[in-house]
Amino acid sequence: MEQRGQGWTQERIVFALAVVLFIVAALGLRGFADPNNLIAIVRSVSVLGILALGMAVVIIGRGIDLSQVSVMAMSGAWYLQMLNDGRPEGMALLTVLAFVVFIGLANGFLVAYGDVPPIFATLASGAVVYGLVRSQFIGSETVPLPPGHWLEALGRMRLVTVPVEVFLFAGASLLIFLFLRYTTWGRYTYLMGDNFQAARTIGIPVRPMNLLRYVISALLAFAAGLLTASNLFSINTRVITSTLLYDIILVVVIGGIGLSGGKGGVRNVVGGALLIGIMLNAMTILDISNIYQNLIKAIILLAAIIIDSLMNPRDEQTAQQGDI
Amino acid sequence: MKIRTMLLAAAAALTLGLAVQPALAIEDDPGPAAYEKAMKGKRVVLVPLSMGFDLAQGWAAILEREVKAFGGVFETRDPNWSTEAGAQAITDVINSDAKPDVLIIMSPDLNSYSKLMKKAQEKGIYVILIDNPANYKADAYVGGDWDRLGQMEAEAVVKGCGPNSSKKIGLVQGDQVNATSLYQYAGIMKVLEKNPDFKVVAKPDSNWDATTSRNVTVTMLQQNPDICGIIDFWDGDASGSSSAIRDAGKQDQIYLVTTGGGEETATCANVANGTYDAVVSTELYNESEAMVAMIKYLLQSGQPPGTASPYIYSLMSTVTKENLNPRSCWNLKALQEAAKK
Repeated sequence: MEQRGQGWTQERIVFALAVVLFIVAALGLRGFADPNNLIAIVRSVSVLGILALGMAVVIIGRGIDLSQVSVMAMSGAWYLQMLNDGRPEGMALLTVLAFVVFIGLANGFLVAYGDVPPIFATLASGAVVYGLVRSQFIGSETVPLPPGHWLEALGRMRLVTVPVEVFLFAGASLLIFLFLRYTTWGRYTYLMGDNFQAARTIGIPVRPMNLLRYVISALLAFAAGLLTASNLFSINTRVITSTLLYDIILVVVIGGIGLSGGKGGVRNVVGGALLIGIMLNAMTILDISNIYQNLIKAIILLAAIIIDSLMNPRDEQTAQQGDI
Repeated sequence: MKIRTMLLAAAAALTLGLAVQPALAIEDDPGPAAYEKAMKGKRVVLVPLSMGFDLAQGWAAILEREVKAFGGVFETRDPNWSTEAGAQAITDVINSDAKPDVLIIMSPDLNSYSKLMKKAQEKGIYVILIDNPANYKADAYVGGDWDRLGQMEAEAVVKGCGPNSSKKIGLVQGDQVNATSLYQYAGIMKVLEKNPDFKVVAKPDSNWDATTSRNVTVTMLQQNPDICGIIDFWDGDASGSSSAIRDAGKQDQIYLVTTGGGEETATCANVANGTYDAVVSTELYNESEAMVAMIKYLLQSGQPPGTASPYIYSLMSTVTKENLNPRSCWNLKALQEAAKK
């Protein structure tokens, strides 16, 4: 079951680190503590945070979804392409939604019924999604948002000067929190992640649960894709070759959700996302070049994984081949 | 006798003349035969960084049409921005049985493909380097002079900011390895040296990613609210910096300059709707036709690969709302349809 913090849990370390970093940056960097900059920080991680929520649901139940960035970019791009080709709004949205659900189901099916380790199943499905959509459905890597579309309005929307995506991230966090904490299926997720065999033995429908988790992850990826389109007024599928996928895993792991499953929650995702946001913002203010930013992020990810494996050691009794 | 001789001579001359006339017609222009002999069945392979962006698709469409017209075979490879995949594609192509006669390469950085290009030339393949310069003497470089391009961007931003502005400029660079990013930066700095009151206040990298471009621009604007101009090094990610400017409500204050391939939806539409204030763009047709001319020249030259390495710089123009006209851009869809015919 969920780890109840005694003393220095990883979550508390991250929280303390974020606070320290925040204070140092606020004192040392001009303009950092400006309310607008703080909003910008939350905003800059809201797409990342939404993706990380999906990843968290998958990882807590033991698994990983490497197809997320591919699903995010390609579903969004395909949707925009259909709109550009003059398809009606509803049809385009439903088609892509069905496609996204199908990818989630396929991921879950491969893992639950095909016994394919999730790391390979989702790596492959991500490549298939990219290749299929790129070659069959969209003409260019960059697909523009048709002028006057509702996503444009969404991107411009402000609630009391705060960009709407901050609220969307908060809303998604709340939904996933309610799901994990208060629904039976949410509790099952922890049980499965903690001890898969035991969960199966006591009669938890582990296979349908796997399908559900990957579908949630795919749907959140689609939502992140729409949000990206509403920000940039276009989708550039080249994001697939960026470090976004590692950033998502970085947020989840750094937040203290053990890669071996069964631990953590929405709190960890939000904490991890904020820490990354503060860090990236401070590094940009300091004008640190991208190469060093990536190096610093990579070192932190490495440190977080080491701490994770020390604090949440692999349970030899419940570990399975192919687990991450 | 004299008259007879004269008549005979006249008749002979007439007959000769008649005989000569068709012979003249038979003596054809030697061009077409030589052209066909040199060009027919020749293979041309294009390896851009990716086949997914406007310029690459534009080059491919024009090259395909031209190569087909001279009876050659045209192929493309799509490394999808991966240097390794590109190297693999080039290796496969030069080692295959149907090796190309001309290899057109867009290099991801200054050095990665140097050895492969040398290998290709040793196998008798002409190598034309396009768009991205590299430290290698290919049979021709066809593309932009990126230093000049940077200068044009800086000139646009200096003009766009005006003499009464804050004279603070932000740069959203690509990365620190690609020649286009490094040379662009050098060109910008040359112009700014001549305008010493203009200052670069921040110069983050976007890593060519739109979301990163947006996030760094948000921070840049937060730190320097009075910036008057931004140069984003590529229109592939400048949608990010432009969205940051739009969100800050500073579209009127900040002059955004970028560079792109001049495609209708990517360049002109975005200049028209105010996403970008100026785009230094490549004249695709001229650039592609320069490649075609090099292909035709090299295949008929008889010179071994590596003989000469000229720089065929493309003409570039700065597209702004003021000079926007129907011929400022090219249309990818129309071009691709024309190539299929």
